[in-house]
Amino acid sequence: MAMLRGSIESLLRRPTTYSGLQSWLVTVDHKRIGIMYGVTAFVFFLIGGLQALLMRVQLHSSDLSIVSPEVYHQLFTMHALTMIFLAVMPLGAAFFNFVVPLQIGARDVAFPRLNALSYWVFLFGGLLLNGGYITGFTGSPNWGWFAYAPGTEVAFNPGHGMDFYVLGLLVLGVSSLAAAFNFIVTIINMRAPGMTMMRMPVFIWMTLITTILLVLAFPVITVALIELLFDRFFSANFFNPAAGGNPVLWQHLFWVFGHPEVYILILPAMGIVSEILPTFSKKPLFGYPVVVVSGIVIGFMGWAVWSHHMFTVGLGPVANSAFAVSTMLIAIPTGIKIFNWIATMWGGSIDIKSPMLFSLGFIALFIIGGLSGVTHAAPPADAQQQDTYYIVAHLHYVLFGGSIFGVFAGIYYWFPKMTGRMLNEGLGKLNFWLMFIGMNLTFAPMHWVGLDGMPRRVYTYTEEMGWDFWNLVSTIGSLTLAVGILVFLHNFFRSLKKGKVAGNDPWDGRTLEWTIPSPPPEYNFAEIPVVTSRDDYWHRKYVATPDGRMTLRTTGGGDEDAQKGDPSHIHMPGLSYFPIIAAFGLTLAAAGLIARESNNLIGFGMMGIGLISTLMGIYGWAFEPADPED
Amino acid sequence: MSHMQETEHSSLLDTTTGLDNRKMFMWVFLASECLFFGALISTYLIYRGKSLVGPYPHEVFNIPYTSISAFVLLMSSLTMVLALGALRRGDHRGLRIWLLATALLGCVFLGGQVFEFTVFYREGVSLSTNLFGTSFFVLTGFHGAHVTVGVIILLSFWVMSMRGLVSQQQSLNVELAGLYWHFVDVVWIVIFTVIYLFEAPNIVS
Repeated sequence: MAMLRGSIESLLRRPTTYSGLQSWLVTVDHKRIGIMYGVTAFVFFLIGGLQALLMRVQLHSSDLSIVSPEVYHQLFTMHALTMIFLAVMPLGAAFFNFVVPLQIGARDVAFPRLNALSYWVFLFGGLLLNGGYITGFTGSPNWGWFAYAPGTEVAFNPGHGMDFYVLGLLVLGVSSLAAAFNFIVTIINMRAPGMTMMRMPVFIWMTLITTILLVLAFPVITVALIELLFDRFFSANFFNPAAGGNPVLWQHLFWVFGHPEVYILILPAMGIVSEILPTFSKKPLFGYPVVVVSGIVIGFMGWAVWSHHMFTVGLGPVANSAFAVSTMLIAIPTGIKIFNWIATMWGGSIDIKSPMLFSLGFIALFIIGGLSGVTHAAPPADAQQQDTYYIVAHLHYVLFGGSIFGVFAGIYYWFPKMTGRMLNEGLGKLNFWLMFIGMNLTFAPMHWVGLDGMPRRVYTYTEEMGWDFWNLVSTIGSLTLAVGILVFLHNFFRSLKKGKVAGNDPWDGRTLEWTIPSPPPEYNFAEIPVVTSRDDYWHRKYVATPDGRMTLRTTGGGDEDAQKGDPSHIHMPGLSYFPIIAAFGLTLAAAGLIARESNNLIGFGMMGIGLISTLMGIYGWAFEPADPED
Repeated sequence: MSHMQETEHSSLLDTTTGLDNRKMFMWVFLASECLFFGALISTYLIYRGKSLVGPYPHEVFNIPYTSISAFVLLMSSLTMVLALGALRRGDHRGLRIWLLATALLGCVFLGGQVFEFTVFYREGVSLSTNLFGTSFFVLTGFHGAHVTVGVIILLSFWVMSMRGLVSQQQSLNVELAGLYWHFVDVVWIVIFTVIYLFEAPNIVS
């Protein structure tokens, strides 16, 4: 073993530099990993957006064939997969990475190298999922993100599209699970002294609930994907109807994962908004314990509603009624949160800055999406709405109006902490209004055409249906949205160079990340803070007057209080090559399984090199002392 | 010199709960493993008795044989406990003996599984024969893969100990390997019950 260790060490000298491209490849710093997550996910977000625009162009009028039905199937499938697994989830992960250690007063996550592994597996897995493009225009997944059996079997779906789906999602699952383990341990075990569970910022709570959902939901989709993998690659019979395989089994496994997944997508955004609303209303969050508990209840009940995706399957009246009731019940904790957010603003001195605007947009749009959601909690109504554009409208109001608006709120809120500069306010407001109007123009008309029966996942419609006008409106809306995103990109790049310098605490924040410089030093806190209350930093800056208002402390507090202590004695976890090596090997082995179908030699070669590289990564990792000075 | 460790922060900050980060990690990981095997076992149960063609489970199962291999695997949990106990006492020779014994018992179990798979295959059950073959081989195969990973970990510790790289202070590393090993054993109790013992009445009658 010492020999192995020696040979690995001579092969890869432990990286010590901290500059240039190499420093990003070997970094284990949660802030840098967070930024890499954010940038990568945003690029995927743009790709997913372009796929959506292509579909909107195809649908802007009746009887068009700008894209063929085959391409259209791949477009809506890849749009969903990209947005869910490669954009919204990793954008959430970007905030987990950057914000969680700062808000709980830690110097890094519990397992920094594992964190790097999560990122690299996400990047390579994302590329693998998109690998279908390189095998030609029939090579991408084409059966919806839900990939209902048996349409995914080789007999019905030849070509490599679904192979990329299976292996891409399996690889991405490794990334999500590793990140989830890491953040659960970080949040439970790495809090600064005095940061009790009920003093944690709500964003931390929502992160914790999200990661627990991830840990329990991803193994289930992993099993479903493994079963599909055995069907496709090794002629097993899991979903083969000729052998008695049951397609409904896939649906159950998929939605047992799939419904918690939608809470995985929305809870981080709820956490972000719960941080922003109190800050810009200059009031503590109304009913903190209730918001936390309703988050937990949502996380818990999210496991008891999956069959509302399957009301039209024919599970019988008892099952349908039970799932209808649980689905309606889950609206209660969600509604409680909304009322708490509104009550937080009530009587506050509201400051409408871009993060606040996006948070308000989030609440408004999420309410609309939530209400349309309640309408298909009733199975008879759902039977009408199933597979129509009404569902598309609903899911985009909660996922775009909800999750994406929450993410943008978070970007505007934490950009100053990440870069040390402010995003431009004027452009931020333009960005918001273009996105808000564009979003409503795009998705509101889908309610009407959906109730009128326009089916989703069909590449065109005929003129007699009378859906031309509202589809044109939708397409115009989607272009407006796209302009809004361009304004954001302009704002982003401009502000990186020319933005106003932010200082430690540009928003008069409440949480620990605002006590340290922007961008934070590598070690975050020169001295680990001691927390004495919820919204600790506010209480250091303000005292409550008898009528419940806050007035500025006359002595101490604020910036003078921040960053005492001598950072010179802190040593941070060492850099490492091994995460990227292990991640690359894992993905290469998965890709080899697909390549094997066309060329045995290349395929087995890739699998062999991939497995060796993964093993080298794991063993090198295990024998590499975490602390370079050890 | 420390090994298999990720406690970058042990020197910087004591953990909030007092529980080591790695140990908490292992428990969370095992929680996800429960769902993993839970879903595979559910699949097996849903497809139980749904095969359209034979051979059917009760035609191929040899319950006394599999009971013995299950017993061997369960005994390996005992030797695992003895290995950890030896390390905690600073008895490195005992650690190596019991680690090797645990790995060997694991290998005997795996050998038994390979033999069983071969017999079933000869009797006409393959991955693509029927739903039984599909769900049986994938479920028990994944369990076998977990045992294999466990054996590799145990042997890695054995080699490390031979080179003097496992210290009494770092006994947590062996404890974590033990947690994983016990989990894999416990899962087998469930699988053995669900797959084999549920078929027992059919075999007797």
